[in-house]
Amino acid sequence: MSLKIDDNTKVIVQGITGKEGGFHALRCIEYGTNIVAGVTPGRGGQMFNDTIKVYDSMKEATHETGANTSLIFVPAPFAPDAILESIYSGIKTVICITEGIPVNEMIKIYKIANDLGVTLIGPNCPGLINPAQKCKIGIMPGDIFMPGRIGVVSRSGTLTYEAVDQLTKSGIGQSLCVGIGGDPIVGTTFINVLDYFIQDEETDGIVFIGEIGGTKEQEAAEYLKSINNTKPIAALIVGASAPEGKRMGHAGAVISGDSGKAESKMFALKEAGCEIVIHPGQIAETLKKII
Amino acid sequence: MKIHEYQSKKLLNEFGVPVPKSTIATDKETLLENFRDFQSKAVLKVQVHAGGRGKAGGVKLVDNSQDAVEFADKFFGNLFQTFQTGDESVVVNKILVEEASIIVSEMYLALLVDGSNQSINIIASPEGGTDIEEVASKNPEKIFSLPVNTILGPTDFHVREILDFLNLDKTLFSQLNKIIRGLYKLYIDKDCSLIEINPLILNDNNEIIALDAKITFDEDALFRNKDISELRDLSQENEVEIKTAELGIKYVQLKGSVGCIVNGAGLAMATMDVIQSAGLSPANFLDIGGGADEDKVSKAMSAVLSDGNVKIVLVNLFGGILRCDVAARGFILALKDSDGTPPKLIIRMQGTNSEEGKRILSNTKYNISFAENLDQISQILSSEE
Repeated sequence: MSLKIDDNTKVIVQGITGKEGGFHALRCIEYGTNIVAGVTPGRGGQMFNDTIKVYDSMKEATHETGANTSLIFVPAPFAPDAILESIYSGIKTVICITEGIPVNEMIKIYKIANDLGVTLIGPNCPGLINPAQKCKIGIMPGDIFMPGRIGVVSRSGTLTYEAVDQLTKSGIGQSLCVGIGGDPIVGTTFINVLDYFIQDEETDGIVFIGEIGGTKEQEAAEYLKSINNTKPIAALIVGASAPEGKRMGHAGAVISGDSGKAESKMFALKEAGCEIVIHPGQIAETLKKII
Repeated sequence: MKIHEYQSKKLLNEFGVPVPKSTIATDKETLLENFRDFQSKAVLKVQVHAGGRGKAGGVKLVDNSQDAVEFADKFFGNLFQTFQTGDESVVVNKILVEEASIIVSEMYLALLVDGSNQSINIIASPEGGTDIEEVASKNPEKIFSLPVNTILGPTDFHVREILDFLNLDKTLFSQLNKIIRGLYKLYIDKDCSLIEINPLILNDNNEIIALDAKITFDEDALFRNKDISELRDLSQENEVEIKTAELGIKYVQLKGSVGCIVNGAGLAMATMDVIQSAGLSPANFLDIGGGADEDKVSKAMSAVLSDGNVKIVLVNLFGGILRCDVAARGFILALKDSDGTPPKLIIRMQGTNSEEGKRILSNTKYNISFAENLDQISQILSSEE
């Protein structure tokens, strides 16, 4: 699992001829991302933005361009196939923005990506961005980011932007920001990203943003404890004001008991040495106290 | 998406999982007719999208026509509340008439996705017929959770493990095997997000039967399960939530006085937390979603304004593709259309054309406070408390 972005990062946009894919591909290019090709089955031979060649298949596109990363905007019913096509074309990092992929499809895809050693980020995520490398593989507004030494990991899109905006306005830049996605099954978990940040020499501190439901935050806390982490982490959990049972399935709470609640997540992260952000408006302030 | 117990049982039956004989009644006459077909002894169960029906009196073993009539009169067409519906209530349009079973033992069996092991898990407990969450917190050792390999599905040795955990006799293997494989096939074929059988019983004929059934479906997969979509019962859902969902807006009605309109689910929850930390309560969760145009923004505002408890509307739009001037026009459109006293507005818009958006809103008669960030929102809310 590598989240490293460098000069060799070459990106193919799957679904580049669609409205969303096209819009965000342009924003990525403007930001500085090296987008080398687009793929839309049936549209091979077209040019996107007069500069990017569109291919019919991932196999063809990777073969022609040597790309190692793909960014997916394909509509949900066809996105599972797009992810698989990407994986089997030899791509090593797949970022899937698409929202609304059936969970049963993601269970299969997760297993395949995992078995083949492919880093899958998302689905239903904003992607990732490395401001120093001027590389954005996702849908975040590039102008709020600033190069620096803080890693940001979050389950949410706009809340990531909120956190980054606070950091940048406080003069704190970011090394890498990763939105892991809001679905029950996602390719890259908090643990994977934390592991990367903790080993990354470019990252001095971490902003961790979780939310109610599931147990991913507690698993992250267990991981931090197990490695005796010493990098400072400011952690925000949102959803303390959300009523029980409205978002979470009834039986989802069976195994975990009260663990889906914000307070038990905060408790676990605090136990693991994180500084808890008590108000969503104080993400940067909280981090400042510990770095 | 939720469905009723009687619909769940029909699906179970199709997938080879035994359920008691039953018929569904939509009025008193049919109910009585069905009741007599069961030799005037049957269990009557109100059909609503909520758990806790038994405790609330909505499930009753009846052995004479007079009690059956009484039950029908009490529930048909009326609102029904359980501990799960809270202060809200749901209408009873259907009552299930089911043959009475003689219970030897009650167990629990469920299938659901657990994000921590990225698998469908079979959950089993010998403590059925009771609140499973209570079992989980008091006797966690009584709950067995088994992740299923997505390529293999459940296997014979899994079934033997579950049989053993449920304290069932080895001779019942083939019955349980058929049930577990049927449930798993149903879960996969119809894209369920939960199948919960509570209780699964052993009856006096040594038969394993699903006495109750709750199935919910992955809404993201309904596009390929048209037959399941047709099972949806809109009478059990919140009207505003239905309307907003059609527009791709995620709205959940809550009980507070501060309505909110936000882009993104995480930021929406953060905004609700900000409202709560200022000593007020959110009136709703609302994620306006991507690709919002003037019409969608306006409908989101109308949905929030349709809630009579709303005194303040907090708009928090940040960094999205949504143009703030377009949003501002949408808000004004909805405010003009609304009948009641316009609420106090707190607006935070940051992103494309935000200055223009603010200018448009400033030039109206509405009581608006602008905020630059979440801290300022907090301060304004605190002064409103």
